[in-house]
Amino acid sequence: MMEHTLISKPDFDTQTLEVSLGPQHPSTHGVFRMNVVLDGETIVKLKPVMGYLHRNHEKLAENMSYLGSMPYTDRLDYICSMTNNFAYALAVEKLAGIEVPERAQYIRIIMAELTRLVNHTLLIGFLLNDLGAFFTPVLYAFREREKILDLFEEVAGSRMMCNYFRFGGVKADLTPDFLPRVKELIQNYPRFLDEFEALLSENEILMARTQKVGVLPKELAVSASITGPMLRASGVPYDIRKVDHYSLYDRFKFRVPIGEHGDVYDRYYIRVLEMRESIKILDQAVKEIPSGDVISKVGAGFAKAPRNFKPKAGEAYGRIEAPKGELGFFVVSDGTNKPYRYHVRAPSFINLTILEDMCLGHKVPDAIIILGSIDIVLGEVDR
Amino acid sequence: MDQLFVHIDQAIIHWAQAVLPDWMAVIVAMKIPIVAIAIFGPVTMMYLTLIERKLLARIQNRFGPNRVGKFGLLQPLADGVKMLTKEDIVPEKADKIAHLLAPILIVIPALLVFAVLPFGRNMIAVDLNIGVLFFLAMSGTTTLFIFTAAWASHNKFSLLGGMRSVAQMISYEIPFVLSVVPVLVVVGSFSTVAIVEAQPGLHWFVFTPWGAVGFFIFFICAVAEVNRTPFDLPEAESELVAGFHTEYSGMKFALFYMAEFMNVFTVSALVATVFLGGWQGPILPSWVWFLLKTYTLILIMMWFRGTFPRLRADQLMGFAWKFLLELTFVNIIVAAIWYEMRSPLNHLTAAAILIVTIIVLFQFNKTEIPKKRIYKYAYAD
Amino acid sequence: MFGIGVLKGMAVTFKNFVESYYKKERLTTIEYPEKRLAEKERFRNFPFLIFDEKPEDPRCVACDICAKECPPQCITIVRAQDAQGKPLKKPATFDIDYSICMNCGVCEEVCPFDAIFMDHEFELAEYGRFEDLNYTIDRLLKPKEHFMKIRPTDATRIEAELKKKENAKKAAAEKAAAAAKAKAEAAKTQASQVPDTKPETKPNEPAQPADPPAEAK
Repeated sequence: MMEHTLISKPDFDTQTLEVSLGPQHPSTHGVFRMNVVLDGETIVKLKPVMGYLHRNHEKLAENMSYLGSMPYTDRLDYICSMTNNFAYALAVEKLAGIEVPERAQYIRIIMAELTRLVNHTLLIGFLLNDLGAFFTPVLYAFREREKILDLFEEVAGSRMMCNYFRFGGVKADLTPDFLPRVKELIQNYPRFLDEFEALLSENEILMARTQKVGVLPKELAVSASITGPMLRASGVPYDIRKVDHYSLYDRFKFRVPIGEHGDVYDRYYIRVLEMRESIKILDQAVKEIPSGDVISKVGAGFAKAPRNFKPKAGEAYGRIEAPKGELGFFVVSDGTNKPYRYHVRAPSFINLTILEDMCLGHKVPDAIIILGSIDIVLGEVDR
Repeated sequence: MDQLFVHIDQAIIHWAQAVLPDWMAVIVAMKIPIVAIAIFGPVTMMYLTLIERKLLARIQNRFGPNRVGKFGLLQPLADGVKMLTKEDIVPEKADKIAHLLAPILIVIPALLVFAVLPFGRNMIAVDLNIGVLFFLAMSGTTTLFIFTAAWASHNKFSLLGGMRSVAQMISYEIPFVLSVVPVLVVVGSFSTVAIVEAQPGLHWFVFTPWGAVGFFIFFICAVAEVNRTPFDLPEAESELVAGFHTEYSGMKFALFYMAEFMNVFTVSALVATVFLGGWQGPILPSWVWFLLKTYTLILIMMWFRGTFPRLRADQLMGFAWKFLLELTFVNIIVAAIWYEMRSPLNHLTAAAILIVTIIVLFQFNKTEIPKKRIYKYAYAD
Repeated sequence: MFGIGVLKGMAVTFKNFVESYYKKERLTTIEYPEKRLAEKERFRNFPFLIFDEKPEDPRCVACDICAKECPPQCITIVRAQDAQGKPLKKPATFDIDYSICMNCGVCEEVCPFDAIFMDHEFELAEYGRFEDLNYTIDRLLKPKEHFMKIRPTDATRIEAELKKKENAKKAAAEKAAAAAKAKAEAAKTQASQVPDTKPETKPNEPAQPADPPAEAK
């Protein structure tokens, strides 16, 4: 546990103030509540209260076929629906032993990296909104994000709830307009990132507000099973794309940025650097994508008749490097066409457990920024 | 053209003297500037809100309000109607009298200081010979009413906002007041008319070394005094919902808003008067110059709002106490030296002393200044 | 504390402000409802049923697969019965509750008869939640020209497949009719001929209908 000191001396007769931040609050990123005990303006104790968005996702999946829960996984982390689909498809393919053709793998990687761009863009916009920059960075971020969401709509039919991945491939092939537009995006996105950095990364006010705030030491991060950009900002070089070698990521050359101090500024800047690496992966994928099937024959049969998909009894855990951390699906089958048990390892939920330790000794505005830098989405936290 | 409003004023007085009985004519003569300010103040504030929304919108790549009237020109009227017809909610445990009085009392100093602003040559409502002192004193009372509003709401968040606001405004009062002192030293009078007349043509005070530093300090303290970004902690929208005016709705909120925008206008006008030469300028009429300078400063304040995040409370006060205050003291001494030397040498001496001071202060505050970082990569090949 | 970084930020905002007056990409608002974006072809909103010639016989045969596969269970189908009580290959009622439907598109994927597709309509606000948003079959049926208009590539592909199936069925039916006629004639000639003549070679097996394409593209 981190050390903290009380500000007031014990011989004063002081009282602490208990405040509840949320659930309706302009910047808690959803319905989330924090019970905070304040001493003056310094935080002495903090307890997060979640569960306002619980929708019974895991139990619902036990009553539907495997493919029927694919649209529901879109709604877990509702900003990055493609990566949720990806993790679930990986888990079930491991369970049933279904192969995926090469073109489908490339399409999956392109969609996953585009989703990473979408998520990180939104996060840096909203972190700066929490700091008080009055929506200007948010609207710049959304302007760029719209271009990627338009691409998703063209291919999958919907901007956010894509429901695009199937067991054994993806649902439909790319339209002829897609790849030229991705190439155009690859040209223009670094310019937008440069402009964003000029606006904010060297802004002294931002640096003064976020450096040395919310420090997360390496050992604590590893022992609390934090994953994702938070872990990498604290100095641990762990990226599941490099560790697990899932789905053809070995063919692409990209680096993984590592932070040093583990404070809010590091977490913000690591995400900016990760976006640049994602653009590199996109560049290579778009050049090398082969032609071919987008779904294996077995997978297509199951997509047409989900009630016939009866994997052998057993269990499988499939995980990916989602933009927020390690997203894992644990599926247990008992031989019928409905899963016996279905569990989601949500990164936002696990990353939230360390909120109190990071916030002690700081003030209320800092707590808001620290919460913003963890990057939670309530759909995932509460499932 | 330059004396247009003065002629209109005199024409009305002549008409009143001709038509009305004597005592009524006197009252009319006194009331004209009051009526002019009472119309000009709120109308300015209404259209300033519209300009701010449209300016911020264009910075953020979108249209501002453009549905109500062409280019949104009737939007302030729509907002006014909305505020008037809203339900007035007072919390149950709130202090009713203070809750009612706070928004009313906060508008009073905002309106009163219009009286000492020189809008043009011979166009000042009341030529007090302690004009600047009156202005500074009146804008100091705003702090008291903000705290009253926060206290009367009986709400923890509002109270936190109110206390922060008091701390911020007190810390920024001192550099605010003291940075005007060099101008007073050089001019020798508190009256705003005298200050403007001491800057003929283009010899504005901002072009002198102590004037430039003074302008910079005064402008930053002005932004802090009216609670605008980056110093808008008291009404921090994303942290404490809405700070000290959380529990106010309808017309009371409209009054707070009006007071804030009138403060923005008057404090920009004061900066323009004291440092930028008021209504002095070569070709255009005097009141056009005045409005031009004031509105440029207001637009810069709005530009700040669209760009910067907010400072934290302790960093804000650290900035005032550890940097601005020392610089203000040195500025006063430098202005006195400049005034006494009276040769081409005085500019160089003044500039040299100020630059050395700024460098020394940066060195003292080195721990507060953030540094740029360099990041490493893993799996780099 | 206020240094160069702050001024750089202000320069960026100023650039955005000035360029929003003459560059299209810096002012990306589309003023709905006077101007609208072009619709994407694969955009999926709520479902609709399709009929070929007359609204009285839709393509749907009330097999109930879409109702079973629908994840939030928003489809309710009752099969039609004729006067004697025998089930017909038509739905009597087909209700989709739009307030439950989550636009996932699973019903379109699993339908074996290409009878239900996802529409593009999104301006569907109603006043009554239970009576107006529960769409019955008369509001769901739309002609196949509508489908061709909103999704040309999918519509042309499905029309081509259906036509192929129909042609194959016709060819099979013709072959079966020809085979039956030949058999009848053979039986007639056989009946009028000596029994020791070699019997006619067995007519060919009727051709199998063409396999539906295995991969869903």
